[in-house]
Amino acid sequence: MIRVVLPPHLRTLAQVRDEVQLDVGGRVTRASVLDALEARYPVLRGTIRDHVTLQRRPFLRFFACERDLTHEPPDAPLPDAVVAGAEPFFVLGAIAGG
Amino acid sequence: MSGVRVLVGTRKGAFILTADGKRKQWDVSGPHFAGWEIYHLKGSPADPNRLYASQSSGWFGQVIQRSCDGGKTWETPGGGVVTEPGKMPTGESNKFVYDASPATGKPLTTHQWYDGTQHPWEFKRVWHLEPSLTDPDAVYAGVEDAGLFQTSDGGKTWLELAGLRGHGTGPQWQPGAGGMCLHTILLDPSNPRRMHVAISAAGAFRTDDAGKSWRPINRGLRSQYIPNPNAEVGHCVHRIALHPSRPGVLFMQKHWDVMRSDDAGDSWREVSGNLPTDFGFVIDVHAHEPDTIYVVPIKSDSEHYPPEGKLRVYRSRTGGNEWEALSKGLPQRDCYVNVLRDAMAVDSLDACGVYFGTTGGQVYLSADAGDSWTPIVRDLPAVLSVEVQTLR
Repeated sequence: MIRVVLPPHLRTLAQVRDEVQLDVGGRVTRASVLDALEARYPVLRGTIRDHVTLQRRPFLRFFACERDLTHEPPDAPLPDAVVAGAEPFFVLGAIAGG
Repeated sequence: MSGVRVLVGTRKGAFILTADGKRKQWDVSGPHFAGWEIYHLKGSPADPNRLYASQSSGWFGQVIQRSCDGGKTWETPGGGVVTEPGKMPTGESNKFVYDASPATGKPLTTHQWYDGTQHPWEFKRVWHLEPSLTDPDAVYAGVEDAGLFQTSDGGKTWLELAGLRGHGTGPQWQPGAGGMCLHTILLDPSNPRRMHVAISAAGAFRTDDAGKSWRPINRGLRSQYIPNPNAEVGHCVHRIALHPSRPGVLFMQKHWDVMRSDDAGDSWREVSGNLPTDFGFVIDVHAHEPDTIYVVPIKSDSEHYPPEGKLRVYRSRTGGNEWEALSKGLPQRDCYVNVLRDAMAVDSLDACGVYFGTTGGQVYLSADAGDSWTPIVRDLPAVLSVEVQTLR
């Protein structure tokens, strides 16, 4: 199972309290994890990446295993510890005022 | 028993204020969608318990929320109803994709940017939701970057009325300081095929064929801050209002100037008259007197607060030109709030109630058509929009 940690507003929107656990078929990449996340929680479509271009929304970043994966290609494999379920994949909102 | 329901959108959530017809004792519900910007909420004239809300965030984008019970519970259309406090529903309702298909004839991909170059259209948020006068499942959405969308399934899916962007002047539209937004949608109750919209900073536009084709209606507007002050488009229209009994008469608060049209926007004339400043955002019409209109003058486009630190609504009983200051109950010193373009509304009780919200978080009510004012709430987040439902 792939573990995903969402920022608080998206947890509220998706009605989940803690981290999300997902079955991801095939290669485990950022794109395949987000595909599985959006399939299970349709309300999250468009909130992390654009509906059409699938580009990351500008103020969101992706982390795992103490690494910033934001600028890795979406089809790059995620770290082994994420694939094994030992470490979560984080979706984070940038810290900004307002 | 009659009553009113006031729908308030703020920078950090939605609030619903309810009272009976006396409008003395108020119940405050909220924040709904806490922490999100709620640009606008509005109820369906065909079913007052059907509400729609635009929920957005710079981080997470756009969500549309719907209530079928007057705001007690909410759902994202396509998902289920949630009744537990603090929870939100899970359906997808936020897909706003500009129509660039060849089938619509004129795919349009760029507009004018701040530096004069062409820039792609990029969806940012829904500024205004206008439910159909007759069908609770039909709603129009005015969005940034400026475009008009429509749903006919209660908000589950949205399709663009691409004829507006594609009618020809789109490449000349440019964003104002607040973005390039379609913020006003007026439906003509006497003609279901006629609709007016307003865009900052492009101007006003009208369709007479239910949104298929559009044309600018800006003749008579004069904007000294653009290269051609009398241009066909490029005017920063802040708000338009009409009275349902006389839909051919339009009132406009432009960036500067208060304007009036007696021919559904074909031509405009200035009616700023004796206003202390003709800059402002809101304008609205008395529910029972089509020639009684209200504005809130704001000092200037760089000083978004009332002149002299005195918050005053101005009322004209003559359809413009002759204005009287209404200040009883409003702060008359040290007041430096703004009143944004969607933040004034009227109810249709006797006497007409007038409501407006401020960037300081106050929502004021006048239960006597403007003669005196009292705050319903004082300390909300900055108010973005105010709508009122008269419940009978």
